[in-house]
Amino acid sequence: MTELYAVHGLAWTTKELFVYPNEFIYWSIQIVLYPYMTGLVAGAFVLSSLYHVFGQKDLRDLARFSLVFSLALLPVALLPLLLHLQHPFRGMNVLFTPHFTSAISAFGIVFSTYGIIVLSEIWFVYRKFFVEQTIALKGAKGFGDSFKRGIYHILLLGAYNISDEAVAKDKKAVKLLAAIGIPVACFLHGYAGFIFGSVKANALWMSPLMPVIFIMSAVVSGIALCMITYIVIMEWKRFKAILAKGMGDESVTVIKGLEVDRMTKAAKYLLIFLVAAISLELLDVIFRGYTAMKSWDILRSVMYGKDFFNIFILQYGFGNLIPLILLLLPRITIRRLSVALVLILFGVFMMRWNVVIGGQAFSLSFDGFMHYHMPIIPHSLETFKEGLGGALVVAVSPFIIYWGINKIVPSLNFK
Amino acid sequence: MSCSRRTLLKNTVKGAIAGAVPLSALKFLSPTEVKAAIGDAKVRWGFLVDTTKCVGCGFCVKACKKENEVPYDAPVTRTWVERYVITKDKKAHIDSPMGGRDGFTSRQIKDDGEPPENIPPEEITKAFFVPKLCNQCENPVCVQVCPVGATYQTPDGVVLVDRTWCIGCGYCIMACPYGVRFFHPKYHTAEKCTFCYHRITKGLKTACVDACPFGARRIGNLKDPNDPVTKAILSERVAVLKDEYGTKPQVFYIGLDYDVR
Repeated sequence: MTELYAVHGLAWTTKELFVYPNEFIYWSIQIVLYPYMTGLVAGAFVLSSLYHVFGQKDLRDLARFSLVFSLALLPVALLPLLLHLQHPFRGMNVLFTPHFTSAISAFGIVFSTYGIIVLSEIWFVYRKFFVEQTIALKGAKGFGDSFKRGIYHILLLGAYNISDEAVAKDKKAVKLLAAIGIPVACFLHGYAGFIFGSVKANALWMSPLMPVIFIMSAVVSGIALCMITYIVIMEWKRFKAILAKGMGDESVTVIKGLEVDRMTKAAKYLLIFLVAAISLELLDVIFRGYTAMKSWDILRSVMYGKDFFNIFILQYGFGNLIPLILLLLPRITIRRLSVALVLILFGVFMMRWNVVIGGQAFSLSFDGFMHYHMPIIPHSLETFKEGLGGALVVAVSPFIIYWGINKIVPSLNFK
Repeated sequence: MSCSRRTLLKNTVKGAIAGAVPLSALKFLSPTEVKAAIGDAKVRWGFLVDTTKCVGCGFCVKACKKENEVPYDAPVTRTWVERYVITKDKKAHIDSPMGGRDGFTSRQIKDDGEPPENIPPEEITKAFFVPKLCNQCENPVCVQVCPVGATYQTPDGVVLVDRTWCIGCGYCIMACPYGVRFFHPKYHTAEKCTFCYHRITKGLKTACVDACPFGARRIGNLKDPNDPVTKAILSERVAVLKDEYGTKPQVFYIGLDYDVR
């Protein structure tokens, strides 16, 4: 009978000592990715808001890119949750009958509010472009072009006015939406921390610091992702300039100078949030050790024993300490900065891993341990979804979605 | 304005029909339905486990699995029995292979992922069994955290799951401090002990109570002061599991020990 009916979690959980019979690693890699992706979404959006709200002119090109990229990331923040649900087709029930005492129930509302803000902001940013396209593509012969024109017609919803007055109104709307979007974006991932922090049965998760820790580390990962994308785009521009005008041309040095200048400024903000995130996380650990509640014995054996490498070497060492040193050392270069940014992104991922998987590494009996073995080669839909395959689907899909969206709303060489 | 008899009758019929439509939306409730709806039920199901009577035969686990259609060989179960063996070095050796379904017929302690452990009888200071099931908490965390309201507390205190509405997120499984919840291997929805709600509401006992040959398990109405279970809870020294979580469990234990997890 067990062959016929698979017990969820049995395929990737091993138990040690005394664990209650029904305990398994129920929340696996997809739930690690969920807070990680929401953090990146909001990070990308916050960056685009810097231009629209605070008028950081130098971020103009990057602002459009990050706005469209945050739209591409948006469904991907939803994807891990759907892949993780035992009944993904019932996911809509959260919107039909939200049960407001549950932290998850707010997800539908916060997520759709955020989605509406991003979509309408993009609409206002691109409305003029849509109108221009419908005029430019008028009388187009090919199927592709007339199809594209049809899409722009539908997207415009009848708003064809591109007088200076109308465009000024668009800009005002964009500014307003971007301003509302910042707190909503922060709420979206701050409350992901609440989902974990409010589980009183879990000794590792339960902490009022959890939402703040999540916001801080999400801002860190968001800024880091945007910075690394900015570096990639600028390096690409510089490379094109070198190809077109040669190594010694003035424009190459100008691009390089701009890049270094802005990145050193951004790195300072990154540093502030990084220090805040590390302090909060260390405070949490120190407080648990000092108060030494009933659960501390098992937590200590997980943190300083079973998961020592994951927590202290990979997360704090490679993910926090090394980038901190790299950022603090004087005369920062783009190459050193890039290494630090990649390490920070990795460190935040490890932090999510150590919270989600580490929180299930010990039994509710406080007398046994569980280990998660991520399925690499899938032998069923479940081991695919909750294994390496599912994780890769989530990691790759934002880029595929971005490629598709970019056909309609070009965000890389937008004039 | 004149009003013919014909018009009067016509308008009367019209008025009656118009009035009948909204009135039909009203429903007559019996006094018991009203009491249940406002939470003033005369019944509050509670459970009493006398661990001093449990011998670890596992009949309760077998009966539960069959009664509630939990796949027999799946390592998940709505109720289970734990064995505690305390040795002279004050160490607790605990096991519950297959939830104790097949009884504890060997002296060996079978911990997960460890070779069976032989404990010399002269080293043992005390040993006992503890049956576990859902505590049907007065303040259930699982109900609090369900994002769609698929799990709920009945007016008589039992926590149930709606299999047609559960999305399978697992938040309730994570939130339960007692580890009583799991995903049903067939329906893929959250699953838990229901005190055999389909039986107790018809005046029967739960499957595990009926199966226990030693009377270690008893179910009763905590709101009825003359119920033998209520009397026992009120007059004997009883304890509950993990009261530090503030869930107010309604499964009471006689002979609970410091070492019980």
